[in-house]
Amino acid sequence: MSISLLTFYLFSAILLLSSLMVISTKNPVHSVLFLILAFLNAAGIFVILHAEFLAMILIIVYVGAVAVLFLFVVMMLDFKTSLGKDNILQYMPIGLLIGLVFIAELVIVLINTRLDLSNIQILSNPLDNFSGQSNTEAIGSILYTNYVLYFQLSGVILLVAMVGSIVLTLRDREGVKRQIVSEQVDREGKIELVDVKSGEGVDI
Amino acid sequence: MNVLQSNFFELITIIFYCILIFVPLLVGVVLALYADRKIWAAVQKRRGPNVVGPFGLFQVPADGLKFIFKEIILPDSADKTVFLIAPIITLALSIAAWAVIPVQAGVVLANINVGILYIFAISSLGVYGILMAGWASNSKYPFFGALRSAAQMVSYEVSIGFVIVTVLMCVGSLNLSEIVLAQKNIWFFIPLFPMFVVFFISALAETNRPPFDLPEAESELVAGYQTEYSGMPFVLFLFGEYINILLMCAMTTILFLGGWLPPIDVYPLNAIPGFVWFILKVTLVFYMFAMVKAFVPRYRYDQLMRLGWKVFLPLSLLAVVLTSSILFFFKLAPGMS
Repeated sequence: MSISLLTFYLFSAILLLSSLMVISTKNPVHSVLFLILAFLNAAGIFVILHAEFLAMILIIVYVGAVAVLFLFVVMMLDFKTSLGKDNILQYMPIGLLIGLVFIAELVIVLINTRLDLSNIQILSNPLDNFSGQSNTEAIGSILYTNYVLYFQLSGVILLVAMVGSIVLTLRDREGVKRQIVSEQVDREGKIELVDVKSGEGVDI
Repeated sequence: MNVLQSNFFELITIIFYCILIFVPLLVGVVLALYADRKIWAAVQKRRGPNVVGPFGLFQVPADGLKFIFKEIILPDSADKTVFLIAPIITLALSIAAWAVIPVQAGVVLANINVGILYIFAISSLGVYGILMAGWASNSKYPFFGALRSAAQMVSYEVSIGFVIVTVLMCVGSLNLSEIVLAQKNIWFFIPLFPMFVVFFISALAETNRPPFDLPEAESELVAGYQTEYSGMPFVLFLFGEYINILLMCAMTTILFLGGWLPPIDVYPLNAIPGFVWFILKVTLVFYMFAMVKAFVPRYRYDQLMRLGWKVFLPLSLLAVVLTSSILFFFKLAPGMS
């Protein structure tokens, strides 16, 4: 048993336990925190597979950005009133159905592919013409050449989603005073020096 | 258990290296706290800490001892586990990022290929300490502080990311040592000066330093997310915060000020060991941090968001396009000549 195998078991055990806690804990904020723990352990497994770029991106994107927004929304919920025992029974059938579908898919995949764990090194480095390069270089040289169309398309889809959500939530509220910095800083023609004669005053 | 036996020596060396990072870091934090207060005082024509020890140098350890002996107050309505985990996470993450910082040629605990991404990932996790603290306190002011801080740190991370991308395009590697070595001819703060400024200001916002210390704005939020903390957990937050500040100083040094390299590669300068240059540069950047704290008034929240999203994001995006175009057309990019 090597150190990497030991760490693999450690990461996957925590990963499984924390994902179990995600669905079983009562408090939604705790669920999200356990989800984050699960993400981190998945990133650890990526590192063991020498996919360090994917691991870091997983942490930056999912843990650093997506899960923060998750936590943001969940923290605002008034969850003490929304949790009851009857809810569990209510969601049981659909949950079981989805679980069954997932198990069926996994079984189909496992039956149809002969997953040979003895050549795990080849599985984690399937493209041998990138052998001398670092992980990041290899992903970049594939992503921006062979798959550049798909890459750009997914970017455009995300952009459209972003624009869409902004359009849906944008509304002009009346009576809001906005700060216009250029106007605030600009003093041309707004300041003048006036000689005021005493007793007469001046019109401004 | 023969795994542990066969790797025992390796384990001991790693623990030894960790201590070798941790102890100077703690000393650095103590000195940084002291310098921060002294500089702040000097700007305001005060004396600052000057009673405990020579020049008041023992003020920070004395404060630390006071906090250690104080009672840890757990608010009655707090989520106690999360409440106590939050400061631990803050401190642990801020220390973990130092594992990849090269202080001299070849002197680094983990010389990993994706060093800069690792630091970026760890610093993007830093927001969790604050968010968890704010939520677990179950009190209004900490919660507001946490919400503000989350929005602030996520916003400024975006521009920090783009600034890092511009530097990386000039280097051609994600390894921090190679980023430093790429600055052998010219430090990056000269050709990339606008990005240096953007990075410095974003670093202030990322570490919740004044003028962007809205998460703990004492005039509005008592002490923000730290309001309910006392004793040791508070010290953990304080230390985590300052280690993060030092990390950002080190990042500025590595990305823009040439890391451990001497200013000019001539005899008396390059005989000085690299880590001295590194510490000098980190000190210089920290001095700028402290000066900004002393004389810039706090931003309003909408101004902060405007600066992040409407000024820095377009600016850094433009810089990415511009830098890549210049590197491409003049064939300056690494591996293109």
